[in-house]
Amino acid sequence: MSADPTVLETPLAVSHAALGARMVPFAGYLMPVQYPTGIIAEHQWVREHAGLFDVSHMGQGALVGPDHATTAKALERLVPADALGLEPGRQRYTQLLNDEGGILDDLMFSREVGADGRILLVVNAACKAADWAHIAAHLPANVTLETYDDRALVALQGPAAEDVLAALGADVATMRFMDVAAHTIAGVPMLISRSGYTGEDGFEISVAACDVVRLWDLLLQDERVKPIGLGARDSLRLEGGLCLYGHDIDTTTSPIEGGLAWSIQKRRRKEGGFPGAARIQRELAEGPSRMRVGLLVAGRQPAREGADIATKDGAIVGRVTSGGFGPTTEGPVAMGYVPLTLAQPGTDLDLLVRGKALPARVVALPFVPARFRR
Amino acid sequence: MKLYTKDHEWIAIDGDVATVGITTYAQEQLGDVVFVELPDVGKQLSKGGEAAVVESVKAASEVYAPLDGEVVEANAKLADDPGLVNLEPETGGWFVKMKLPAGTDTSELMDEAAYEAFVQTL
Repeated sequence: MSADPTVLETPLAVSHAALGARMVPFAGYLMPVQYPTGIIAEHQWVREHAGLFDVSHMGQGALVGPDHATTAKALERLVPADALGLEPGRQRYTQLLNDEGGILDDLMFSREVGADGRILLVVNAACKAADWAHIAAHLPANVTLETYDDRALVALQGPAAEDVLAALGADVATMRFMDVAAHTIAGVPMLISRSGYTGEDGFEISVAACDVVRLWDLLLQDERVKPIGLGARDSLRLEGGLCLYGHDIDTTTSPIEGGLAWSIQKRRRKEGGFPGAARIQRELAEGPSRMRVGLLVAGRQPAREGADIATKDGAIVGRVTSGGFGPTTEGPVAMGYVPLTLAQPGTDLDLLVRGKALPARVVALPFVPARFRR
Repeated sequence: MKLYTKDHEWIAIDGDVATVGITTYAQEQLGDVVFVELPDVGKQLSKGGEAAVVESVKAASEVYAPLDGEVVEANAKLADDPGLVNLEPETGGWFVKMKLPAGTDTSELMDEAAYEAFVQTL
């Protein structure tokens, strides 16, 4: 196990070791980057069957207030999404914003049926300490933040995920994309959401840390399920056109520049009342100066984060924020920011890698169509 | 004569021509190789300098020249099938052949037994 006492482990550390995972430090945790079959095989397994991910490093918490409206309004002071209109049993994606409309973190929030006044939060591991401090510092006196370090989180992603959970007695077939519901498997209570970070149909399962090994082992007993590391998680989300915080979005990017306007519902666009609202409303009305785009790279050579994006005339106009090889697209794919005038699909650009200009075309995201059950 | 570096390149020397690749250990550490950038024929490589770049799904890694020499051939098969580096790292997945100058000193390189012992320490 970890020799460095400052590096944390998830409750599944022993399971990862038994499976032969290669462990790497990530966001303060020792996490599996891949298992022995390797990233490409794991990636393809998720697209074709079902992959099991340990994402217990992510931060789980809840805002707790006297009723939904009070709690939702407290959250709405920090994020641009419509929390008030969130129905019981539903989940939404949003961003914690700073006063300039830059993104402090992106997160999921949800409302469990029968828990009025409680909004559950899932935030990024690398940001969680800062997020909790930021949230706690901005709450009214009648809303409190609870954080759940005693809970684990696993994701089961891929076309077989629904059947795998059903075979274990969790009736998830009636759940739609972004539904949240309590279920029990083998006597273990858990909260399941139909969501994920792969572009595939799938589920994220929050469970008490002391029960997660049991759940993990049960899921892996199904031959349709294999463990998947952070390497394939990254290639899957990249093909899915999904943002990685700290790379594709950060404090310098607004949700509009990041292509996340879909996550700001109508009422909030109109009313504002969230940090940076003036900038975001202006960008919604007039268009941002730059946009995150998909870049399909010609040839086989990947362009990675940090590569300059240039026009065909050689003018540097932006930078790649995520890039790599797409196992499903069978070629290099990247995302990055370019001026709005160059953000139209079909625009031809170059990505500069070690002195070489790799031709790339702006394409609509995602690279691989999402297969959510809407 | 096949020798190894601490950066996990191998070099097989046959007369004044040497074939260079990366070791089985190196390809295991890299994971799935998706692209290899090879030098042009005629390029002068210097010991410890960049000879090639190997790209896995996760990252780009430099491959260093184990010795000075001039590139006489690059493995064209890697353009279409970079996965050869994973499947046959020490045979079909070679990177370059280079011509060594007369009197090349190989004393800083490891033989197979020394390299295996070195890998055991990692």
